[in-house]
Amino acid sequence: MNLHEYQARDILRRHGIPVPPGEVATTPAEARAIAERFGGKVVVKAQVQAGSRGKAGGVKLAKSAAEAEAHAKAILGMTIKGLTVHKVLVAPAAEIATESYVGIIVDRTSQRPVLIVSPAGGIDIEEVAAKTPEKIHRLAVDPRYGLLPHQALALGFALYSDVKQARAAADIMQKLYGVVYAVGASLAEINPLVTTADGTVQALDAKIGIDDNELERRPEIAALRDVSSEAPEEVAAREAGLTFIKLDGDVGCCVNGAGLAMATMDLVKYYGGQPANFLDIGGSSNPQKVVAALRIMTSDPRVKVILFNIFGGITRGDDVANGIVQATKEFPLKVPIVIRLTGTNEKEGIAILERAGFKALADMDEAVKQAVA
Amino acid sequence: MSVFIDQSTRLVVQGITGRDGSFHAKQMIEYGTKVVAGVTPGKGGQRFENTVPVFNTVAQAVHETHANTSVIYVPAAVAASAIFEAADSDIELIICITEGIPVLDMTRVLPFVHERGARLIGPNCPGLISPGKSKVGIIPGNICKPGKIGVVSRSGTLTYEIIHQLSTHGMGQSTCVGIGGDPLIGTNFIHCLAAFAADAETAAIVMIGEIGGTDEQRAAEFVKEKVKKPVVGFIAGQTAPPGRRMGHAGAIISGSSGTAADKMAALAKAGISVMKRPADVVPLLQERL
Repeated sequence: MNLHEYQARDILRRHGIPVPPGEVATTPAEARAIAERFGGKVVVKAQVQAGSRGKAGGVKLAKSAAEAEAHAKAILGMTIKGLTVHKVLVAPAAEIATESYVGIIVDRTSQRPVLIVSPAGGIDIEEVAAKTPEKIHRLAVDPRYGLLPHQALALGFALYSDVKQARAAADIMQKLYGVVYAVGASLAEINPLVTTADGTVQALDAKIGIDDNELERRPEIAALRDVSSEAPEEVAAREAGLTFIKLDGDVGCCVNGAGLAMATMDLVKYYGGQPANFLDIGGSSNPQKVVAALRIMTSDPRVKVILFNIFGGITRGDDVANGIVQATKEFPLKVPIVIRLTGTNEKEGIAILERAGFKALADMDEAVKQAVA
Repeated sequence: MSVFIDQSTRLVVQGITGRDGSFHAKQMIEYGTKVVAGVTPGKGGQRFENTVPVFNTVAQAVHETHANTSVIYVPAAVAASAIFEAADSDIELIICITEGIPVLDMTRVLPFVHERGARLIGPNCPGLISPGKSKVGIIPGNICKPGKIGVVSRSGTLTYEIIHQLSTHGMGQSTCVGIGGDPLIGTNFIHCLAAFAADAETAAIVMIGEIGGTDEQRAAEFVKEKVKKPVVGFIAGQTAPPGRRMGHAGAIISGSSGTAADKMAALAKAGISVMKRPADVVPLLQERL
């Protein structure tokens, strides 16, 4: 789950990281009122979870409160990468001297949280990494001891030659490391970390991604979820306990297990089709999950055929079959359905399907070929 | 011989009285695995299925039954704690089936397990099976056949699909290991490839990877340098949508190397026969054996 910029800024501020002021508006009038409080010269920023907001016209400088209102009017309601903007952040326009990057991510290879810093911040950090890798500094942190002061200070000096600024940056890095474990983040970024005209070091923009597995034990973080920032089908799928990602094709795929789901999509492509989605019904299936899966897939008018690929392990074939039968009673299918069912309780599952007039195939390639034909 | 488990495996089931734990404990016992103990705090003194003694702690189970291997079915909220406990109780091999353990918990679990000298397989994995000998985890025994192919995979059901293809074409397996799909896991491809390379019963190896990370590329390097046996590989996720990544910092760590195309190229370059689809596994192995 990704947080909005304003939510990430709040978290950083609560952990003692200096963040410039800023308030959220949902209407142009609110934006104007906030801009007036900040003296008129402000930046208005779209709160959507997409990169390159500036390039898309979602970040605008205003010289007056009236201009801030006009910008908010233009930005609220616009779509950036398919996401509608419902909120803007209004913050005083800062006099920026330098821009750096500080980020923490859990790295699969070292199996540790890795701190990444660069004096070349504010811009696309991936490009910096690709073109000038010498400007990227990394440190894998031993989670038993945390980020030690001397380690943080060394990285602080990689950003600033001034000792006061290096110490300020080191302090921010240690606090950011604390944020990661405090909120269950898989990613925490400050980009840019700026120095202002008077030399203070501040986190101007922040991005925090939360590990979904943390949400159950952190209800206060889970409450930050903004469902209006997600595709409605993906929200419905998550609420039903499914993992769903919408794609551009017309073959609806319903599979148990992420690896088999990806392999099924790949096979659809192999035989000349295009998958309409990734959909994993997960382990211990119950018929209701299958009903929800069918409801989500059939709500997409582009879907021309539905393909089930079930290899029962923990998932039981009879559960899946019952779900298919129940769903088609609730809402008759308008598109053909191809079912591959094998593994745990396959005999029971096939019997249930056949009584309801469905056929089940045993072979994955055969099923995909039929669906694509 | 086989890899990681065999007839000397003495298994303790953590969470034996739970829904998943009890179901799979029965399946493992039926398969012939030596399930010597179960652990559920508060249920010490009971017997599972009137035979297997249940203990309050793993340490008690080890002391009383000399268990050397543990399998974990407890809920995600307490699974990291269960791994700590197993490693702290002289268990040599820990298999964690549980899905949904926070990654930050694993950053603390893994160094602990390593310091105690234990091996962890998983989490979020289907476990492993040496057909005809022992099974620890949830891989359905009826789809496997004893034989000479070693299988290592990041996936669950996709592994079953590949095993099914092998078994129905008469190619039995020495051991099948599901290493798990989480970002931080205890045993990776290289550990398994090294074990299969040293296993006299394994004639060829199938490795099943997927998008994300660079484990497969490092495994390919290892195969090129150290593995003389034929290796056949598959990468799931060729059609997975790009851009679903963890922000900029994630892209810096993995670059473009997390894609299926990059991984397939790395495998091919290392002399691994690369499947385009699961059904290719049998013809490719026949070519190489």
